[in-house]
Amino acid sequence: MLIKLTGGKVYDPAHGIDGKIMDIYILDGRIAEKPRDDARIDKEYNLTGQIVMAGAIDMHTHIGGGKVNIARTLLPEDHRMDPVAHTALMRAGCGHVVPSTLTTGYRYAEMGYTAGFEPAVLPMNARQGHLEMGDIPIIDKGGYVMLGNDDLFLRMLAAKKDQNAINDYVAWTMDAAQAIGVKVVNAGGINAFKFNQRMLDLDENNVNYNVTPREVLKTLSRAMYELGVAHPLHVHGQNLGVPGNIITTLNTMAGVEGYPLHLTHIQFHSYGTEGDRKFSSGAAQIAEAINKYPNVSVDVGQIMFGQTVTASGDSMSQHRNSGLATPNKWVCMDIECDNGCGVVPFKYRDQNFVNALQWAIGLEIFLLVEDPWRIFLTTDHPNGAPFTSYPHLIKLLMDKTYRKEVFASINLDAQALSTLASIDREYSLYEIAIMTRAGAAKLVGLHDRGHLGVGGAADITVYSEHADQEIMFAKPAYVFKDGELVVKDGNIVKVTWGGTHVVKPDFDRSIEKEISKYFDSFHTMKMEHSKVSKGEIEGDGRGKLLVHEAKGRREKTA
Amino acid sequence: MENLSQASTVETVTCPFCGLLCDDLSVDRDSSGNLNVIENGCAKSITFFGRPVVTPSPRIAGKPVELKAAIAKAAEILGAAKQPLFSGLGTEVYGMRAVMNLAESTNATLDHMNSNGFMRNIQVVQNSGWLITTLTEVKNRMDLLVIVGTDIVSIFPRFFEREVWNKETMYGQDTSKREIVYLGGRDLDTSAGISPDGRKPEVLPCDMDKLPDVVSALRAIVLGKKLHATEVAGIAVADLEKLAQRMKAAKYSVTTWAAGTLAFPQAELTVQNVTELVKVLNKDTRAAGLPLGGIEGDMNANQVCTWISGYPMRTSYARSFPEHDSYHFSTDRQLSSNEADALFWVSSFNPDRTPPATNIPTVVFAHAQMKLEKEPEVFIPVGLPGADHRGIAFRSDNVVSLPLQQLRNSTLPTLAEVFSAIELTITNSALVASEDK
Repeated sequence: MLIKLTGGKVYDPAHGIDGKIMDIYILDGRIAEKPRDDARIDKEYNLTGQIVMAGAIDMHTHIGGGKVNIARTLLPEDHRMDPVAHTALMRAGCGHVVPSTLTTGYRYAEMGYTAGFEPAVLPMNARQGHLEMGDIPIIDKGGYVMLGNDDLFLRMLAAKKDQNAINDYVAWTMDAAQAIGVKVVNAGGINAFKFNQRMLDLDENNVNYNVTPREVLKTLSRAMYELGVAHPLHVHGQNLGVPGNIITTLNTMAGVEGYPLHLTHIQFHSYGTEGDRKFSSGAAQIAEAINKYPNVSVDVGQIMFGQTVTASGDSMSQHRNSGLATPNKWVCMDIECDNGCGVVPFKYRDQNFVNALQWAIGLEIFLLVEDPWRIFLTTDHPNGAPFTSYPHLIKLLMDKTYRKEVFASINLDAQALSTLASIDREYSLYEIAIMTRAGAAKLVGLHDRGHLGVGGAADITVYSEHADQEIMFAKPAYVFKDGELVVKDGNIVKVTWGGTHVVKPDFDRSIEKEISKYFDSFHTMKMEHSKVSKGEIEGDGRGKLLVHEAKGRREKTA
Repeated sequence: MENLSQASTVETVTCPFCGLLCDDLSVDRDSSGNLNVIENGCAKSITFFGRPVVTPSPRIAGKPVELKAAIAKAAEILGAAKQPLFSGLGTEVYGMRAVMNLAESTNATLDHMNSNGFMRNIQVVQNSGWLITTLTEVKNRMDLLVIVGTDIVSIFPRFFEREVWNKETMYGQDTSKREIVYLGGRDLDTSAGISPDGRKPEVLPCDMDKLPDVVSALRAIVLGKKLHATEVAGIAVADLEKLAQRMKAAKYSVTTWAAGTLAFPQAELTVQNVTELVKVLNKDTRAAGLPLGGIEGDMNANQVCTWISGYPMRTSYARSFPEHDSYHFSTDRQLSSNEADALFWVSSFNPDRTPPATNIPTVVFAHAQMKLEKEPEVFIPVGLPGADHRGIAFRSDNVVSLPLQQLRNSTLPTLAEVFSAIELTITNSALVASEDK
């Protein structure tokens, strides 16, 4: 099947294409060369006056796994307000802050997204994460597996095990959990909370192992580099939400000796202690540091006003913040001497000083970071807001007049502490395409996504140009997933099933002897049974593993 | 590939019969596919795996028929029903996925056979949340176990062996020093709570229907309130005060209950008193709750229903979108109010869990050994997950899931195959109907 997309205005930053009128050809799900003049075009779309980008990629969104299902269980009242009925094409479900799996896939696709990455896959809950993602239609999925709070890793670190042994364990875990990256959440802190530590700063010892978060981050970021994993260590920092945590965040950026580091939902980690209320914006300093350290990338974790739910592996921080739960109910868990989780509903209010300033801090960071290849558009769905608020967020970034209007309506004390009104930057379509496509694909390590070059997967989104960017980005004219038209005028026209992106770095398989023995001694299941098999992802006939290159194991770097 | 028709011993077998999902069993298979647990068994797993192989034919009104005919008849019953009820739901994850799909296409209501117990926990989560833990945490870190209203072993036979008196822990704890307290219930078998060195557990018995009083008194004491009474339901307040002190002094107390055994009215409020008490303890020390469940696939049904529909059990697609109501959509009420007009009953793990008595058309998808007092309209024997076919099951703690192995060849279809085939039949007939127009 040869498809021609004719005359659209193309934004393809991976190839430096900034709004050029071009034709794009799709052959059997891939972007193809211009065929010979006599080739038969099976289907042509006239895209004159329309904007063409690769399908968008959400590089950090909580869409599958235990804590997501807990959040669903916790909030039936939220689902009741957004029922989704059965149609001839789509199965029923429900939406808003934690949509059902099916609705998640439909709504992402309807917004022009073609991939989403679950950032908190617990090794002990990886099977559930993939099961849930297996029930998300259309988009591709993938996950970052959580390390750095598990007993075995901390034990190895405490015993000062050789970096190569740690690399083997990290790669084994990625393989077992079918991951494309590794995330560390409150490094060592989730574990410390189990021993009744309530805070753990970068250089503070986890009392049980006498290791610090700094050591955890250094070791794991180095492991990612040495294993040749494209995605840098994905870091949810220490002291989430604590006024003054900017110091910790700046030290974290400086503390990994130049290894690539991705700091996630940076907004929640950019708080100062100035002003009468001892809560202030650290956005300028954070942005300055990001601009300075080329090894650092961030996603923002923008908050939006309204009801949402926070779902995180950071049981220490979530328990600390549980008093703020709105409505007043929350779940925390200690999990398998491996990880934890905390689910706390939140309602961000524009007239609340702290919430209003959080909103402004996120936008300040977006606008003050210079390199769009190192900053990504997220709300940390659903923690800052549900992903369905992305079109609104894009408008805030692209339209300074609108942004200033909204800013003028928020809590006055927060306005007084923010520089947002003085920032005139407006994101261009090219920059939006970097943040949500080309940059995201590069960051996650998806060689054939996020761009429109020949050979790439034909994940393509076409927007009708509109002066109001929120309207434009909410309902694309067309979305193609692997070359198939799945959305027309913002509505699903075909339901397909995407794949699961993974990376498989090499490791010494003999490490399994040790891990297996460890499981038999201390765990409550066999090591073999903790592994998510290829068959579990592909067995239903609709999922598939998409394996990306790990660029060969590097020699020890020191 | 292993030859499943030959006699052999299979190791590291996962047993799906209780919520522990022990995966260290060794099971002998004879050439007919009969199974026998030879290592790490318990009374339940030995019964579960030991049932001899039978492969009865599907039946319509008691007469043996081909599977295809039984599927067509089930589809016909479903097609004619205005308000079908899918209940029982004793199945594994893939089976439950197929159940959800069929329910969604046919506007069915979903409930599990253990929901009367399980919903007590769900209601607590929906109302106030909780702070809970999982089995490996218990095994490695628990220093005080408070067991509310159950002996544990009658539902989880190997709980103490695996999670309490284990020889090693990650942190070098001497597990024989672990403290065990049974709170509530009468004449419980507390022998499993005796430590390896012979130390007896503390037992504070009371009648089950008085448990709400005892638990609320304990919560009040933990909150620092002074009780004027000297005893509650026969338990000295001084003993409860001592227990509260131990819970506060413990580094990681675990308070556990089995919602299914709390068979008194408004038992969810007692669960909530337990979980809120645990929250209070966590202001100063660490503590966690441990709900015990995972019987007959209740966790599987609930997890899959939650991610696919957005709601836990007792959810209905009657109006084409999912709605959840823990009262209205219970099996008992759907049947007693005559709202349901067809019953699809699933029990693939346990032949003894037969459908409730009803006069509405009933299709039973069952363990091959199920004996029914009243012959249903359609009976379809299905494979036993974890023996006849592979699957996935969730453990009691609702976090860990394990693969279930296929241990023998079987001619029985899986529940997922049968439900998918019914859905296909209904979808195809709908297509034909729309083309006829």
